[in-house]
Amino acid sequence: MEDSGEFAIQARGLTRRFGALVAVNEVNLDVPSGKIYGFLGPNGSGKSTTIRMLCGLLTPSSGQANVLGLDAGRDSEALKQRIGYMTQRFSLYEDLSVRENLQFIGEVYAIPRRERRRRMDELIDRFNLEGRERQRAGTLSGGQKQRLALAAATMHRPHLLLLDEPTSAVDPSNRRDFWEALFELAEQGTTILVSTHYMDEAVRCHNLAILDRGVKVADGSPRRLGENIGTHVVEVSAPDADAAHLALLSIAQIVSLTRLGAKLRAQIPKRMPEPAAIVDQALRRAGIAAQVNQVFPDIEDIFVAVTELREARSAEVGAADS
Amino acid sequence: MRSLIRIFAIMHKELLQLSRDRLTFGMIVGIPLIQLLLFGYAINTDVRNLSAAYVDEADSHLSRQLLADMRATQVVVLRQRLASAEELTRLLDSGAVSVGIAIPDDFDRRVIARDRPALQLLVDGTDPIILGVAEQLASIPVRFDSQTDLQERQRMIEVRNYYNPERRSAVNIVPSLVGVVLTMTMVLFTGIAIVRERERGNLELLINTPVRTVELMLGKIVPYIVIGLIQLVIILAVGRTIFSVPIMGSEWQVLIASLVFISANLSLGLLISTVAATQFQAMQMTFFFFLPSILLSGFMFPFEGMPEIAQYIAEILPLTHFNRLIRGIILRGADVSLMMQELAALAIFTAVALTLAVLRFSKRLD
Repeated sequence: MEDSGEFAIQARGLTRRFGALVAVNEVNLDVPSGKIYGFLGPNGSGKSTTIRMLCGLLTPSSGQANVLGLDAGRDSEALKQRIGYMTQRFSLYEDLSVRENLQFIGEVYAIPRRERRRRMDELIDRFNLEGRERQRAGTLSGGQKQRLALAAATMHRPHLLLLDEPTSAVDPSNRRDFWEALFELAEQGTTILVSTHYMDEAVRCHNLAILDRGVKVADGSPRRLGENIGTHVVEVSAPDADAAHLALLSIAQIVSLTRLGAKLRAQIPKRMPEPAAIVDQALRRAGIAAQVNQVFPDIEDIFVAVTELREARSAEVGAADS
Repeated sequence: MRSLIRIFAIMHKELLQLSRDRLTFGMIVGIPLIQLLLFGYAINTDVRNLSAAYVDEADSHLSRQLLADMRATQVVVLRQRLASAEELTRLLDSGAVSVGIAIPDDFDRRVIARDRPALQLLVDGTDPIILGVAEQLASIPVRFDSQTDLQERQRMIEVRNYYNPERRSAVNIVPSLVGVVLTMTMVLFTGIAIVRERERGNLELLINTPVRTVELMLGKIVPYIVIGLIQLVIILAVGRTIFSVPIMGSEWQVLIASLVFISANLSLGLLISTVAATQFQAMQMTFFFFLPSILLSGFMFPFEGMPEIAQYIAEILPLTHFNRLIRGIILRGADVSLMMQELAALAIFTAVALTLAVLRFSKRLD
């Protein structure tokens, strides 16, 4: 069951163009075996395109990907026996029942009859689909559909699971259940690559790559990403958050200011010493009472730092060049 | 072995889906039945009882005799006697009658002198069949000396109607209808088979499994072959009981010809399915193919009467070859070995269409 390599996926310079549009631009990936690896990024950031290249559905325009020791472009047929893929849109048959769908997938992977039956019972039990075996897939709820899709994707015990925004149509409690199932699979040695645009899901991953308009702007564990961003994060709790927001907007050292209810989070470049003092002084000058603390960056801070601030920095560089 | 399991998986799934799709399921039985009843009863090339009006300015013994002869043919029903030729034209214009008979007042003199046509038949030429019928009327002899009538009426050429002596249209229609119905349903069913999976998003999952393209194609074709055979049996059984169309040739030869023809249509459907982006497009392409099939295959008009170019096009259409086969076997009791080139044409069509479909279908999204 265990893979020989340390990495389930290694990609170098992976690029995909659609006409003039560069959907994925020179992406390098090292996805460790047996871990959950997340792709975080907004819609259109190239998550789906990357996943499709990794399972051999799309041919890279340039670069290459080694998946489970196979070349994803050339050996895609051999790869298909060993990976499971869950599409963004529900892609099982809505007019077939839960059991018929699983049976179809089992037959398509040519799993022997007895083994197939055992596997189906096991999956129906594990993904809480008991009592719904005869229900048409089209009448399941969003969460049930996703559990069925995951069950189908793991039917043939793949070494690697590629999940394209599996929870985008699922309510929070079902999302938690879904992630429990992913952790269980990872514990059994399955490598999981999952794309999401939910911050809270991204933090659950062992490792994370943040994609922005086709470019991988950062990667690493959520902890490492937090340590490595180029800014300090200062949290401000003020009774009059509006006034505090207004007062801080004009402070040049603050490169990003995010409002979260009664709280504000300000990002200040790492090269500035004592970031909390800068914010504190600014608020005092404006005569605003507030509690100011430097905090460890959370995933939103990281996301803002590596996407929006990268943009601002590259704009500066561009201006300096001209 | 694994390949067989996968083909079986696709077939099984296809049949399950079909059994859930009540409308399609109903069409499998409904289309042949309705078409058969419609065509069987409505299409009648043996025309009788056309509405006619006449003007008889001569009003002589001879003119009345002629009108009586015309009535006796049962081709026309003389509905009105009019006063003038103008009224006759107006009635034709309005569509109230299809045939007008104008007998001038010097009718008797013209018959004797034989220098000018003795009378006029005004025919609604918008319908070519009516025109053909009018020719029949024109062949009625008109002369005074009734003595020689009997000899004169003996025609020089005798027409013997083989295979359909009673000239019943249903005998011609029913066998050809097998081909028409199979073309329509088979091409359409497989035409939407893969497009539907693409539209519903199933295809992205399917191409990520180890299913090979050929396996997918075969798995999609085989269930519909069975359905095609069911339709064949319906048409022939109903044709026999309601329209008394006998099967002169051997039944298993009908089966062989139909199997090859069904395969040709299914392969074409799959090819359409790999080209079309939506089910709607697939449907349009099916009808783009269906119309020339009906018009050029010999179902509507005799093949030999068509311009050369149309004949070449018709040779490409499977229905043309199937029409020759099925009419031959069912009506003439011909042996299939006499028509091997038709079977070969259908087999080649199948092979080409299926190969193109497999080549066109990609297990990739780019």
